[in-house]
Amino acid sequence: MLKKRIIPCLDIKDGRTVKGVNFIDIRDAGDPVELAKRYVAEGADELVFLDITATIEQRKTLIGLVEKVAQEINIPFTVGGGIHAVGDVAAILKAGADKVSVNSSAVRRPALIAEIAREFGSQCVVVAIDTKFENNEWSVFTNGGRVAANRLALDWALEAEQLGAGEILLTSMNNDGAKQGFALDITRLVSMSVNIPVIASGGAGTKEHFKAVFEQTKASGALAASVFHFGEIPIPELKSYLLSQLIPIRCN
Amino acid sequence: MIAIIQYNAGNIKSVENAVKRLGFDCLVTDDMDQIRAADKVIFPGVGEASSAMAYLRQHQLDGVIRSLTQPVLGICLGQQLLCEHSEEGNTDCLGIFKAKVKKFPPHDLVPHIGWNSLTDLKGDLWKGINSEDDVYFVHSYYSEICSETIGTCQYILPFSAAMHRDNFYATQFHPEKSAGVGSVILKNFLEIHLI
Repeated sequence: MLKKRIIPCLDIKDGRTVKGVNFIDIRDAGDPVELAKRYVAEGADELVFLDITATIEQRKTLIGLVEKVAQEINIPFTVGGGIHAVGDVAAILKAGADKVSVNSSAVRRPALIAEIAREFGSQCVVVAIDTKFENNEWSVFTNGGRVAANRLALDWALEAEQLGAGEILLTSMNNDGAKQGFALDITRLVSMSVNIPVIASGGAGTKEHFKAVFEQTKASGALAASVFHFGEIPIPELKSYLLSQLIPIRCN
Repeated sequence: MIAIIQYNAGNIKSVENAVKRLGFDCLVTDDMDQIRAADKVIFPGVGEASSAMAYLRQHQLDGVIRSLTQPVLGICLGQQLLCEHSEEGNTDCLGIFKAKVKKFPPHDLVPHIGWNSLTDLKGDLWKGINSEDDVYFVHSYYSEICSETIGTCQYILPFSAAMHRDNFYATQFHPEKSAGVGSVILKNFLEIHLI
């Protein structure tokens, strides 16, 4: 049986792992390679690295980090942040990443999704969507949540799938950092509407929140950062809890 | 020396890293003589079947692969290309395994991405592996079950998670991305001694 994935996310700035709370305050949570190895040992199913301040000058640092991570870990990992062109993707995949995630650049130029899918296959294109509930609808935001994209999360997810996205990484900005649980309604709506995996992100605070998102939506995985980085929810404990709740989870 | 065949398919770096982590020397190459001379050959790949086969033919690697007598391990697209025919791009493949490769019917999410369990394990690739252990899959096409199937996975329908004939082995999943279980399977392959 296909298992639900538990995915720690490492936000990277200047080669170090950081985690924003509601995308603003940032605390240091360590060396990304060491952290990645710890997560693999604990049973993480996949990792996501988001370069939150990616600029052209920092690109080389990121590639170096991807190479180091690829040498050290033996589970799939995704790299995102500052990807604007097929050439950026080629460098990251060549360094050993399995997938790339695109966000703002794909909103600005949706054809980017199709270009990456055509060149490297849909399986390596994750479209990350940051969405916020306001004025009674879930709208898309770009640039780390600062710029309104004037489109709805569901519409964008469907368009991304049509263009060749292999997965949707759906982050609720309302929930992110608040530790009150995942945004079940929009995660349910998007995961029921597309025929590609949806990863729920933003809001994990307790083990029960993971159970809820897997039971009440069609999410294929759940992503979190700070609850893992600071040891608030140890992954082995989370996985044995979910298993006891009859959620299909990998335990070997 | 382990040769990893280089061609126009992705994910080769991860395979190289995994082999090196297990302490084996390896070489990523498209050189026929180096491939023929290797103790073992790994034929990895994430990509599209018709363009991959076109590349192999153009570089005469199709004949080289068919003629290999040392242990060969196809991974993911590598397994599919070792089959007879793939629906992806209506492609004639290498024909080592009798199976056909088909697209998953859209009864669930496609591609099949993530950790899924192995059953009906047969042979020496599985030393230390238990039925129901999970390994990592990413694919939209699958190899049918046939007499060469040595491991089965269930997603939408049962398909060949691993295959074996003579010196040819293959896995649809990615041992190099399947954590500890994957390392054991890869090590089992690297330690095969053909009689």
